[in-house]
Amino acid sequence: MKTSSFPGRYDSLAKVSEFVVEAARDAGLSSEEVYAVELAVDEACCNIIDHAYGGEGKGELNCSVIIDDGKLTVILSDHGKSFDPRSIPDPKLKVPIEKLKPRGVGLYLMRKLMDEIKYETIPHRGNVLTMVKRKHEDT
Amino acid sequence: MEISLTEYKRCDVVTVNGRVDSSTAPKLEEALNSIVEAGRYKIVIDMTNTNFVSSKGWWTLIETQKKCKRYRRGEVVLVNVLPEIRSSLDMVGMGSYFQIYNDLTAAVASF
Repeated sequence: MKTSSFPGRYDSLAKVSEFVVEAARDAGLSSEEVYAVELAVDEACCNIIDHAYGGEGKGELNCSVIIDDGKLTVILSDHGKSFDPRSIPDPKLKVPIEKLKPRGVGLYLMRKLMDEIKYETIPHRGNVLTMVKRKHEDT
Repeated sequence: MEISLTEYKRCDVVTVNGRVDSSTAPKLEEALNSIVEAGRYKIVIDMTNTNFVSSKGWWTLIETQKKCKRYRRGEVVLVNVLPEIRSSLDMVGMGSYFQIYNDLTAAVASF
């Protein structure tokens, strides 16, 4: 397992990306799968900054990756405010553009892009988000 | 991320190189707002060298599209969207809000 910590700021997102993209490639994922990981992790980090910490510069983004052959596990943890992902409804999509609203899009993307997502709040560890992406045989 | 702006007779081309995420999207938003506030609503976003777009980036484009399409005064079109980026756009059903071209000349000529 490789772990790295990043300041909880938007300008860390590119570095977090580099970290997980390298791991995704080492896991043998396709370019589309690597992008899916990159995007899901970016969305998750933004949610941590915006919602768990309530803004930039208030905490760290802790990111671990576990690289297996054809499988990548990404673990993001924070010590910010917890939330229940089940309380966030899917966004209303395929509506006239004037009715489109951003709430819930990041979480929706994460669910669609990754094969598994688990969110838990663990005493003394904080909020832990675990996401898994597997190589799909037809890619 | 680097942005360059080119004004043509009938449209503006915004070339976006690099990542569009929560850190860089405000810069893109500022560039697009400057075009719309000048009363120009026909915009081509050249994404030939755009390698990443987060939902924040898409919202910036969607908000501009809303302004441009109002009163049918114009629209935002996209050029050369990477397949992976297109796939994520379609996943959230936002692909239908933009015409996507594979050729910059064709996109400019569409206006």
